[in-house]
Amino acid sequence: MHDKKLIIEVKRKALEIRKWVIESVYRAGSGHPGGSLSIADVLACLYFHEMRHNPKDPNWPDRDRLVLSKGHAAPALYAALALAGYFPVEELKNLRKIGHFLQGHPCMKKVPGVDMSTGSLGQGFSTAVGMALAGKIDKKDYRVFAILGDGEVQEGQVWEAANTASHYKLDNLIAILDRNKLQIDGPTEEVMHVEPLAWRWQAFGWDVIEIDGHDIEEILDTFHEIKLNEKPTIIIAHTIKGKGVSFMEGTLSFHGKPPSHEQYIRAMSELEQEEKELEEEYG
Amino acid sequence: MVSAILTDKKRNLRDAYSSALIELGHKNPDIVVLDADLALSTKTKRFGTVFPERFFDMGIAEANMMGVAAGLAACGKIVFASTFAVFATGRCYDAIRQSIAYPELNVKIVATHAGISVGGDGASHQMLEDIALMRVLPNMTVIAPADATEMEDVVPAIAEHKGPCYVRIGREDAPIIFETHGEFKIGKGYILRDGSDISIIATGTMTAEALKAYDLLKEKGIEARIIHMPTIKPLDEELVRKCAIETGCIITCEEHSIIGGLGDAVAMAIATKPVPMYRVGVNDVFGESGEARQLMEKYGLTADNIARVAEKMAKV
Repeated sequence: MHDKKLIIEVKRKALEIRKWVIESVYRAGSGHPGGSLSIADVLACLYFHEMRHNPKDPNWPDRDRLVLSKGHAAPALYAALALAGYFPVEELKNLRKIGHFLQGHPCMKKVPGVDMSTGSLGQGFSTAVGMALAGKIDKKDYRVFAILGDGEVQEGQVWEAANTASHYKLDNLIAILDRNKLQIDGPTEEVMHVEPLAWRWQAFGWDVIEIDGHDIEEILDTFHEIKLNEKPTIIIAHTIKGKGVSFMEGTLSFHGKPPSHEQYIRAMSELEQEEKELEEEYG
Repeated sequence: MVSAILTDKKRNLRDAYSSALIELGHKNPDIVVLDADLALSTKTKRFGTVFPERFFDMGIAEANMMGVAAGLAACGKIVFASTFAVFATGRCYDAIRQSIAYPELNVKIVATHAGISVGGDGASHQMLEDIALMRVLPNMTVIAPADATEMEDVVPAIAEHKGPCYVRIGREDAPIIFETHGEFKIGKGYILRDGSDISIIATGTMTAEALKAYDLLKEKGIEARIIHMPTIKPLDEELVRKCAIETGCIITCEEHSIIGGLGDAVAMAIATKPVPMYRVGVNDVFGESGEARQLMEKYGLTADNIARVAEKMAKV
């Protein structure tokens, strides 16, 4: 159980991440708002409570790592990093702009706090396995978090990596699967089924936990309870694509499309309203 | 000029690889080695026997191996990842591009069984496009050593070099060309025989053939210059241009497709001041099963063929 103050604080951060996702993708004129909004709560929990990291020392060898294997959710990752202090939040306005460092997909060489360059689905997860393996070789106690998309698990390489992680008993590896149920061409189960997800991961030797990926308290509690038991852990976070913006929620159309000007105004006012309600409720 | 001999004495580059790797492992605790169920063939298993805590078999999952290598490198390790050239490059191109070359991580891909001399396994296993595939990647260094002595120099040199490297070696024992260590430098080509009629620029297994061709041509009164080009990228362009000017024509030799390999790299280097050029390599076809020597002969990868082409060119 976490105290109320922390939960409210993380909720505030998640809302700020969402606002920046809308702001940065709108200004960029392209990007992936749907899958960024669905993972905002998990990212807020990680960067503003669970992860051991230091924005003043992005290359700190003992830090926890995060690999955004679903690299198209970069706007949410960048927002979390900026809000945590890795770089000025104003930079978020330059997402995808030539000459600026926030690339369309995460680039570790350019962006402080990005632990791995990703964008080609399935690739990032293998690198997370490598990072966890390095931790074991060096007998360090850092953990590696990998965020996967639910469509991403259609990539065969995900299962090569999953197999390797359990084979080498990488209990310092925690995957979070953003189960928002939609991919570009449609619902996952229509495009290429991924269920039964929990069963598949269990069969590959992983501990599987299923949670509501928008319930901050549940997310924080879940991370808190993960034990080192020689097995990697995957959290299947049931989420809603586009979460937080009414007309984006559960729709396919905002997978890789920015909001129009009117939609941008509406989205921001919805998120601001939610912020206001949070303030009124808790002060 | 660098001293190079030509005798019947042979050594396997894979043996040289594993010895050099073990020596490196003793000196540097950051060396980690990965293999994909071919550790007995690539000979990385020997490293695993000496340093079991720094050797990991990734099973038959090459693309994942490249990603794991990238993750290890991102945490400060110098990672050697080995498998056959056909799997190391073609199968893993995207993993290498996205996770190793783009973030410029310290991964050394050392691929064995490159080229047509793999023999009996046939075209599916005879990798003739790997230099091309790796050469096009920004940040990638591409090396094809000629003999075991040079391989023993290449291993510490790439470990010292910060960034991704691709090294391709063959399966067969190769004639010893270099008697002493210490000559190899990344990005440097070497004149092994001097001459002014034609430049023969060779890499990997073909350097020994080029040296034999020198003797054949000498008998016919043609003075060939033999250049060994172990690093295909970054290419020693200065040396290539110098040889073009001084000899007036060039032959390149590689156990690789004539498309995208050393020949193309050399052609680009002299494009602004071109000289007649011929590329000896596999002529845009897949290989087939057969004995190594038979295949090298059938596909024109021999001293005889180099000398035949050189004779024609030098006379023009």
